[in-house]
Amino acid sequence: MTFDEGQGYVLLSTLAVPLVAALVLLLLPGGFKGGIRWVSLITGAILLGTSTYIFVAYQADGDIFQMELRWAWIENVSFLGENGVSLYLGVDGISSLMALLTGIVAFAGTLVSWKVDYRPKDFFILYWVLIAGVYGTFFSLDLFFFFFFYELAVVPLYLLIGVWGSTRKEYGAMKLTMMLVGGSVLMWIGIFAVVAEADLGTFSLPELWQAGEDGVLGENFQKIFFPFFVVGCGVLAALWPFHTWSPDGHMSAPTAVSMVHAGVLMKLGSFGIIRLGIQMMPEGAEFWMPALMVLGTIGAVYGAVGALTQRDFKLVSGYSSVSHMGYVLMGLATLSAIGLTGASLQMFSHGVMTALVFLLIGALYDQAHTRDLKDFGGIAKVMPLWVIAYVIAGLANVGLPGLSGFTAEFHIFVGTFQTYPVFGGLGILAAALAAGYMLRMFSIVFFGPLNPRWQELRDVNPMEAIAGLLLVGSIVVMGVWWSLFTDRLAETVLNLPGVS
Amino acid sequence: MRDYTLFIPEYWAAAAACLIIAIEIARPSLPRPTLAYLTAIAAVIYGGFSLFYIPNDPESFMGLIQVDDFTTFFRVLGAGTVAITAMLSATHMRHRASVLGEYYGLLLVALIGLTFMAAARELLTAYIALEILSFSFYILVGYARRDVFSAEASLKYILLGGFASAVLLYGVSLVYGVSGTTFYDGIAAGLADQGGDMDLAMIAGLMLIIAGVGFKVSAAPFHMWAPDAYQGAPLPITAFLSTASKAAGFALILRLFSASFVEEGESWRWAVAGVAVLTMIVGNLVAIQQTDLKRLVAYSSIGQVGYMLVVIAAIGYGGPEIGEQASSALLLHMVGYVISTLALFTALTAYYDRTGRDSSIRGIRGMAESQPYLALIVTASLFSFAGLPFFAGFATKLFMFQASAEPELLWVIGVAIVASFISLYYYLMVIREMYLFDPEGGLQRFRVQPIMWAMATLLFVGILFVGIYPGPVFELADAAVEPLFQVGADAGS
Repeated sequence: MTFDEGQGYVLLSTLAVPLVAALVLLLLPGGFKGGIRWVSLITGAILLGTSTYIFVAYQADGDIFQMELRWAWIENVSFLGENGVSLYLGVDGISSLMALLTGIVAFAGTLVSWKVDYRPKDFFILYWVLIAGVYGTFFSLDLFFFFFFYELAVVPLYLLIGVWGSTRKEYGAMKLTMMLVGGSVLMWIGIFAVVAEADLGTFSLPELWQAGEDGVLGENFQKIFFPFFVVGCGVLAALWPFHTWSPDGHMSAPTAVSMVHAGVLMKLGSFGIIRLGIQMMPEGAEFWMPALMVLGTIGAVYGAVGALTQRDFKLVSGYSSVSHMGYVLMGLATLSAIGLTGASLQMFSHGVMTALVFLLIGALYDQAHTRDLKDFGGIAKVMPLWVIAYVIAGLANVGLPGLSGFTAEFHIFVGTFQTYPVFGGLGILAAALAAGYMLRMFSIVFFGPLNPRWQELRDVNPMEAIAGLLLVGSIVVMGVWWSLFTDRLAETVLNLPGVS
Repeated sequence: MRDYTLFIPEYWAAAAACLIIAIEIARPSLPRPTLAYLTAIAAVIYGGFSLFYIPNDPESFMGLIQVDDFTTFFRVLGAGTVAITAMLSATHMRHRASVLGEYYGLLLVALIGLTFMAAARELLTAYIALEILSFSFYILVGYARRDVFSAEASLKYILLGGFASAVLLYGVSLVYGVSGTTFYDGIAAGLADQGGDMDLAMIAGLMLIIAGVGFKVSAAPFHMWAPDAYQGAPLPITAFLSTASKAAGFALILRLFSASFVEEGESWRWAVAGVAVLTMIVGNLVAIQQTDLKRLVAYSSIGQVGYMLVVIAAIGYGGPEIGEQASSALLLHMVGYVISTLALFTALTAYYDRTGRDSSIRGIRGMAESQPYLALIVTASLFSFAGLPFFAGFATKLFMFQASAEPELLWVIGVAIVASFISLYYYLMVIREMYLFDPEGGLQRFRVQPIMWAMATLLFVGILFVGIYPGPVFELADAAVEPLFQVGADAGS
């Protein structure tokens, strides 16, 4: 076994650990709550470790895809030829960064879910299945398994939100599930068309990418089917006008699910646009990217305006997520190296930042049982740590230099100005609006006279503090140590087809 | 030439059926579940026998019957289905009828009918096999005599079924009139002699055959009997009906179309594609409005038939090569569908036997609290129907549609995917009842009978196995369809 193969098993174990955890939890008695929590905590810690390893061990100057591992799954049956379906894992710069993000957010989510007291067994089983789906999508280099894990990440959400959620949870859960699965319907049709058109008898993504570049997938074909993937994945990435599930879903979801969902799951959408759109259909991408730029910009501005008018904490964050995913889509739409680097950075930055925001909102809501901004006031006096963390997340959101948001948005805006200057300007406008809604929230909630009703609020508990510290650390590291991230992305991004 | 050893499994099944009836007469005091277990054992032995088949040469019995990998595939699938159905009946049927010997005997007889539908290579033999299966079903559906719904269901089923048989026979006679033979390869040769242009009478005959068999597998617009029959039948028979009758119907269709009509796709494929589209739309849309779980499953199974018919259309559009690929994927999907359906009914039977509730969707409210394991099984099978990953339906549906992805059929597949998206909605409504509410009527947490628990677990593992690692089953399915299109290709060339 060579070193690289050995590393492949790191990916495999990262994928397998959450599934094994789900199985172990399935066998534990439901009343054994302590055991259930410890199993989950250990799982989260292992994942954080392996994910960090994957990111650190990814060599910026090595091959594009590293840590590859390939097991034949089904071959030479029916229409499938050699390597028809294989469990084919590997990471490039983008997915190794996404793995790190997943590790951080999943661990933080486990910590804050320590408080879950209603049927924790079922909760954590679904939670780990969800996490396995996320990892699988990031690691898969086979279209069958890519879609398998992509769907797998969506399935548990219905129950996670429907059972453990709050505020119109049934409506939010059903709307979210139906819209996301509706998106994958489009993807599924696209997959049929691509595999049939390429007629290679394989689902292997590298081979299909090659087919896309070589013109085996014709230009017209790419133009017709590119939208299927972009809209299909775009639903999950809150592509305007398919974003409407996002505020409702986030409002209803329990804390950890909001964190994972806004933090990681939405990135599956933009990641899918890279893998299935840009990489598989470069000509379709070139043709359709202006449209994506328009929709992404609308999303960025619309989300910011929406956030400006909301009174519910979670709705503010939900709309701000729409806005930030709009930036990601703008970055992708530039099809330039710097824009795509920015999009990838923004995926990470938004992930940790929004996970932190939802963590804090959850910590507040558990005590206050309201999320209406107008109910609060002056809580900086009773919850100083909470407020400091929130301010850091908020300022990262706004794009303050030294925090992750600036690093990402800087790249995106430079890329956008190079390719579509007008939209770059609109993007800056959205960033300015972000400052508006964040500062509005700060002033209403944190400062001013303390509402006596909140005299009894306690600050974050130790679990939340550890999780928060981890997320704040990630935000700061990305804000100050750019090269740690950009070096790993550079080769990958430059080698994407059609990227200059 | 006659090789009587080909039918050793069927001799066994027929003998066991008689034996079970005799045992009940001879020993009336026998605990009633014993008969169920004996039937299950007999079915398993049947499956074991069929693994040792000797492939017959096509001349045996003048080629009326072909025992090959395809037949074996359905023998084993059918035997498994009968075994599970019998086990489900053990508790469920105990108080629903006074005499049960015939009930279990007929399960085994139905198994024989199923096998011969897969094995027949001649229209009249196929028709007789179909009738053996149908008559068994007519009786089984009405077996719970004390239940008016059961009687109603049986009557509806028998009247409409008789009508469908007449339609089928009319089609057979037209085809015979034109081609002068009822043998599958003979029909193909007759068609080839006519030089590609199909006689109008031939097309009419073919359409009538499609309608007749479409009735048996409950394809729209011939599906009207299904919801009533499903609702009225005893729960295990509903499970049997929605698995065995569809498996047998598709076995017959595959054997017939691959041998006789594969080369003349232009004249019939549009009709099958149309029926497929109609079936999946009707099945899935009407299912949304159902308040009874059995009816909901009936309509959802109609939708499933629509997906499977896409493969038959693909045989018409793609010819033998695509047809063979798609057919093997169809068999894979069939296995996943049968396992998922049986898992669903195992869980429901265990639940209803214990709670004594009727089959309304509200009846399962709060199942996640009262019996979380059964709720998990129900969820897994419903997600499998909807085609979500980890569960059989995801992989099998994906491969089935992918194998059928002919350019002209892409829109049909698009409709199929949208239809399965719609189906997710009503499956979620069922799951919602189980997980989002507390049980009604002070239902406490209860334990499942160990035997039901074991069966549910076995089927659950089956769903996961087919869903995650479908390779082995896919290879078996591939081997099973291999004889089909070779025969067709030989006759066509």
